[in-house]
Amino acid sequence: MLPAGIRWPDISFRWLALLAAVTIGVLIALVGWELYQGSRMAIGQFGPRFLVSSTWNPVTDQYGAWPFIYGTLVSSAIALIIAVPLGVATALYLTELAPMRIRQPVIMVVEMLAAVPSVIFGLWGIFVLIPWLRDHLFVWLKTTLGFLPLFQGPIYGVSMLAGGIVVAIMILPIITSVSREILRSVPNLQREAAYALGATHWEVMRIAVLSYAKRGLFGASVLGLGRALGETMAVTMVIGNRPEVSASLFAPGYTLASVIANEFTEATTDLYLSSLFELGLVLLAVTILVNVIAQLMLRSLAGSGTGKIN
Amino acid sequence: MKKLLIAACIGLFASVASAQMLINGAGATFPQPIYTKWFDQYSKIDTSVRFNYQGIGSGGGQKQILAETVDFGASDGPMSDENISKAPRTLWHIPTVAGAVVVSYNLPGNPALKLDGPTLANIYLGKVTKWNDAAIASQNSGVNLPDQDIVVVHRSDGSGTSYIFTDYLSNVSSDWKAKVGKNTSVNWPAGLGGKGNAGVTGQIKQSPGAIGYVELAYAKQNSLPYADMKNSSGVYITPSIDSVVEALATATIPEDFRFSMVNAPGEKAYPIAGATWILVYQQQKDATKGKKLVEFLKWAYVDGEKMAASLDYAPLPASVQERVLKRIAQITY
Repeated sequence: MLPAGIRWPDISFRWLALLAAVTIGVLIALVGWELYQGSRMAIGQFGPRFLVSSTWNPVTDQYGAWPFIYGTLVSSAIALIIAVPLGVATALYLTELAPMRIRQPVIMVVEMLAAVPSVIFGLWGIFVLIPWLRDHLFVWLKTTLGFLPLFQGPIYGVSMLAGGIVVAIMILPIITSVSREILRSVPNLQREAAYALGATHWEVMRIAVLSYAKRGLFGASVLGLGRALGETMAVTMVIGNRPEVSASLFAPGYTLASVIANEFTEATTDLYLSSLFELGLVLLAVTILVNVIAQLMLRSLAGSGTGKIN
Repeated sequence: MKKLLIAACIGLFASVASAQMLINGAGATFPQPIYTKWFDQYSKIDTSVRFNYQGIGSGGGQKQILAETVDFGASDGPMSDENISKAPRTLWHIPTVAGAVVVSYNLPGNPALKLDGPTLANIYLGKVTKWNDAAIASQNSGVNLPDQDIVVVHRSDGSGTSYIFTDYLSNVSSDWKAKVGKNTSVNWPAGLGGKGNAGVTGQIKQSPGAIGYVELAYAKQNSLPYADMKNSSGVYITPSIDSVVEALATATIPEDFRFSMVNAPGEKAYPIAGATWILVYQQQKDATKGKKLVEFLKWAYVDGEKMAASLDYAPLPASVQERVLKRIAQITY
């Protein structure tokens, strides 16, 4: 009877783990189904035009998602462009360069950043960051890089760029923390081998550490991207909330998550509500799509073969 | 503080012990402060009943009363004919209080400003873009208006405040009516969106040359400057409780109480104001609950209305109050 007794926990754990894994899949499917059910009216009314139309007019019941999709993608892209180099550099400093005694305090500060609620970032954005951006950084960008369409037009302060910067600050902790764990998991053997070949400190980091860890670092960025796409509260407070597609990053924009949070409570007509549901569905689809693309890129990255393990 | 905590604990126990009747309501956030006060005061008068009010927004309030998941709904805008037709039985609008929406700004020294409706509409349409535009300057002789761009700020979240504001602009400008219209959120032709009264205020305070609209109560509590508005009699009126009561008294109020009070004809009436409503079924399903609800509403109109001004809401004038009380008496259970 002993073998059966030993196997029993084994089997039950196996099923429990399977159940947990399946639940996540079912949950996503249910959310998707519920969103689809809610948005059927809008889908029937507008069809695929919903995705490319730029009109969002609750008075005439005309709805289109394009400015929101654009705003979500652009603000997340800005956030990644700022946060990934910063986050990876911080992680690199913490694992490779920083003196032991300052590592822990810096790690604590980074993790504290993750604990600050989103609405606090938003308020700080309105009252501290925006005035500074408007009077200094944006003015400087306009005078030095004003020949680019990205940095033209009137400066209000609240803008796509401000939204991206706030999101960047918010996803910085997760990118830093995950990157640090990944860099720490790089075997010392790698570093020692590189040193043995006569590499400088910088070369060791570049050849032995970073290229060994790049898949993991890419994964950390994707995690950050996931947060950036769904960030609502802080973004809506600094992005300007105008459903318009503009080449300039100084112009106000709008994101999918923000418009849902803003308008859901007061939406009175069925079509209006249904269109907001469809925005939710679009957001879910955009998130999944971005993740799939990231996975594909990850695969090609692995295939590019720098001869590294994993 | 400690005493308060103890009182709260006792209150909690008492409510559990005596198994009070719970009346559920949901909807608009604008009147939430006064409703909360009413419920609190009323629970001292009639200890057998307790109210639970969820400020989930007017859209949610309308949905929930239509689905009969609450005993009463609340909305900042009257329901559309389309939505009313979905009600299983006769659904009544009962106006409770009114509020003003004020136009605030950020100019050097924040001088007192005067504005008329068409100019305000043109600013929000993006046609008047400078503070020293002749349309503004001609109404404000003696005020030094800067050669500065106007930064237009509006609410980004759907709200009753936006409804009142766009209702007013539609009323005074045919251009606005044709191009934009009125709703809890609209397709704004110009400007930046701020979330909530706080978001709009933040953006006004942070952007030199900004103009925006907020509730009167909010502007007062945060000492924002606000403009005198020209009413339909051609007089510039400072927003206040009195000038809103005046607007209520002179607005045309139809039998079903679904009225708009913007640009009311009274000489002392402030033009950008709106009422808020409680939504109840004429035929109550639950007899005891219905009876309690009617008793509460009667109390609210006689005693509750007196608390309105202290919370910066305009109470209903006597003439309207009388009509509303008659309507409440017709609720059956």
